[in-house]
Amino acid sequence: MELLPTIWFIAIAVLWTGYLFLEGFDLGVGMLMKLFARNNTERRVLLNTIGPVWDGNEVWLLTAGGATFAAFPLWYASLFSALYLPLLLVLVALIFRAVAFEYRGKVDTDSWRAVWDWAIAAGSLVAAFGVGAALALTTTGLPLNANGDREGGPFAWFSGYAVLGGLAVVCFSLLHALAFLALKTDGDVRHRARNWFVRLLPVLLLPIAGWAISVQLLSGEAWTIVAVAAAVVAAVFAWQFGRNGLEGKAFLSLGVFLLLGSASIFGAAFPVVLPSTLNADFNLTISNASSSDYTLGLMTIVACVGLPLVLAYQAWTYWVFRRRVSAAHIPEAHSFLPAIAARALAPKD
Amino acid sequence: MDALEIARWQFGITTVYHFMMVPLTIGLGLVVAVIQTIWYRTGKPEYLRMTKFWGKLFLINFIMGVATGIVQEFQFGMAWSEYSRFVGDVFGAPLALEALLAFFVESTFLGLWIFGWKQLKRGVHLACLWIAVVGSVFSAYFIIVANSWMQHPVGVEMINGRPVMTDAWAVFTNNTALVAVPHTLFGALAVAGGFLLGIAWYHLWRRRHDGIDTMGKDGKVIPGEADIPGRDRADYKVWITSLRIGAVVAMISFAGTALTGDLQGKLMFEQQPMKMAAAEAACHDGTGFSVLSVGNVGSKNCDEIVAVIEVPGILSFLAKGDFTTEVKGVNSLLDQYKADYGTHLPDNPIYGDRAGQEIEYVPVMEVTYWGFRMMIGFGGLAALAALVALWATRKGTVPASRGLMRLAVVGIMAPFGANAAGWIFTEMGRQPFVVAPNPDPSGIDQVFMFTAAAVSPGVSAGELLTSLVVLTAVYAVLLVVEVKLLVKYIRGGVVSAMPELAHAPVGENEDATPGPGGPGKPGGSDDVLAFAY
Repeated sequence: MELLPTIWFIAIAVLWTGYLFLEGFDLGVGMLMKLFARNNTERRVLLNTIGPVWDGNEVWLLTAGGATFAAFPLWYASLFSALYLPLLLVLVALIFRAVAFEYRGKVDTDSWRAVWDWAIAAGSLVAAFGVGAALALTTTGLPLNANGDREGGPFAWFSGYAVLGGLAVVCFSLLHALAFLALKTDGDVRHRARNWFVRLLPVLLLPIAGWAISVQLLSGEAWTIVAVAAAVVAAVFAWQFGRNGLEGKAFLSLGVFLLLGSASIFGAAFPVVLPSTLNADFNLTISNASSSDYTLGLMTIVACVGLPLVLAYQAWTYWVFRRRVSAAHIPEAHSFLPAIAARALAPKD
Repeated sequence: MDALEIARWQFGITTVYHFMMVPLTIGLGLVVAVIQTIWYRTGKPEYLRMTKFWGKLFLINFIMGVATGIVQEFQFGMAWSEYSRFVGDVFGAPLALEALLAFFVESTFLGLWIFGWKQLKRGVHLACLWIAVVGSVFSAYFIIVANSWMQHPVGVEMINGRPVMTDAWAVFTNNTALVAVPHTLFGALAVAGGFLLGIAWYHLWRRRHDGIDTMGKDGKVIPGEADIPGRDRADYKVWITSLRIGAVVAMISFAGTALTGDLQGKLMFEQQPMKMAAAEAACHDGTGFSVLSVGNVGSKNCDEIVAVIEVPGILSFLAKGDFTTEVKGVNSLLDQYKADYGTHLPDNPIYGDRAGQEIEYVPVMEVTYWGFRMMIGFGGLAALAALVALWATRKGTVPASRGLMRLAVVGIMAPFGANAAGWIFTEMGRQPFVVAPNPDPSGIDQVFMFTAAAVSPGVSAGELLTSLVVLTAVYAVLLVVEVKLLVKYIRGGVVSAMPELAHAPVGENEDATPGPGGPGKPGGSDDVLAFAY
């Protein structure tokens, strides 16, 4: 077994897990803008829980993508080109979502906010679904030929696994966001989020459990099946903590669930990084898809320094903005009289 | 159009668009950091106002750079999978490092800066902006290392038909990158300089137009005050200071781009002689720099091009630093390229329908010739405008002319144009290669790739066309939205970025502090957020 490609397989699994953990809740908060928030103030409470951090969270996606390119160029090339149209949708969703966060409050009218609220909610939904579908397909397979190119046209990637994976990440993100809001807000939003969390947990974790079990059936090993069982235990704990109002512990338990679930899925797929559904000989594996040991060694050194730093300063950001957000903290809408318009109103002497 | 051409249009459109936002982000970020530092050290209210105002415009623009940047990373794999497979071992690393070491820093610390006006101590808050700005400079470095490897592949060995990195130091200190990075950063500062200059001019003009500032008998401006929030004497200082900073930045950055551009030119003559010959539409060997060539410079037939005005010796100076060295023209280079890399694309399925076609080694000369001149021309115009602006405002304000004001505002576009033209020139000048060959001694033999081989074989022209149409439409809509918001906030003046000014009586906000909690004191639990979406 090759050491460096294995390390990088784990590193990329960690990056995706970090992405799902961090952007999981901010994608979910985005969807809840339409599903949960009752009025503009509540929507602004939701937005401001993730305001300072969502952009840093999204970089986990860029880093996962970039690390895949650097460590397993053939995996990156085959996966991204095979999923051309779904990834296009993800890109458009992420573009609108990012712009919406920044521009929503820049014009003080209801119609303006409504447009960007939809952009945030729909953008979060499509991005979560697309990323989930892509991750599910990289663990269950795509119709790839000997060169690693997709056969069968633009929609050949479509399968039950794609839908399952998409739903898995959408539902997990919603649940994760409810746990996050219970932890990060106060007042009515906090209590409703906790209620929703307890009531919806069993349903919202079904698709991700389905994905994890499917991968076990395809290529599971003893330890990965144990990980699935442990993940279920973590989910039960999260549920119990939620019921008892222990928001921090519920959030962390859900994080442990994600970690174990992700380990069970990536662990079962290992050492294949992208199976071909046409012929197992065309499977991309950590051996035939990876970069040279020199490149991987260089990346390992940089990641050993860089990743702990990232974790440290991102953790500090969460510490700085640790205060719960409630309706009372939301300043009035940012309206202003442009200096020039104001002149017309000013009395002349 | 076939898949390759659509994919190239898409890459061109998305990249040029992305690079409208990026130079403004880098340049304005640096300027705002300097301005906030001055406020930190002097406490002068106009510098706080400038930080808030320019910072607001910076953020409106920044988010567009972020949003369109994700497309850039994804489309290598989506549309250019063969390219990604070929170069992944060496090209992926700078991209991954850009995300890990630059994007994380930039996004996290900018979030702290935006939302942390109250929560952080003043010094820490300022440090966050500096760290974010340094992150953006690092991101420029990493992506240019990647691009420079396509211009001048170094630090690799060919193993099983693919370049494999053997010398990371060579890749990350590629001389092409070391001159392209400062060139790009000066280009970004030029954009910021023009931006400050044009907008500050508009506001100074507006103050005169509205009768707030008047001209005294001694010919000096008398700053006045209107009974409107934010339009006081400090407001005058905001704009005159911004204008002068903008003008100085514009001139320094033009000098910087000229010096680094000259170094780049000399490297290019050595590394990619065809690109430089095409920049000149120079068909025959010679020493002269073409000021104007007529005829069809886009023609592949060199006989149709006549250099009308040519300055002898200048081309040699650009290439070698003397006035006599003969510089090879397109005709003699063509024979050399044909001998080294063949006359026809190999009969390999990787080239798709283009397998066996004749190779066109001469880039589209209309683009390279005019792109090169537009880059220099727009850059020079911006610097000239800055010089004129400093002279015109020597009495403390701008001339009352509405035409001049409009010119200053339109002039904001010039450095953007220079940046776009420069990149279009250097990328199209590299064709027909996506990885340009640089034979020994400056490069490594046989490390190159034709663009025709780079596109994703499994992706259909229909898919590419869909994404081209969708992305172009989305980008067009968002450009309209961004420009409208920028215009709204620019017209609103400082108060648009500092609503607290609107609540304070005129003249009593001279020592404006950031938020009711005061600097450095974490607000009580009942305080509203200093900044909220």
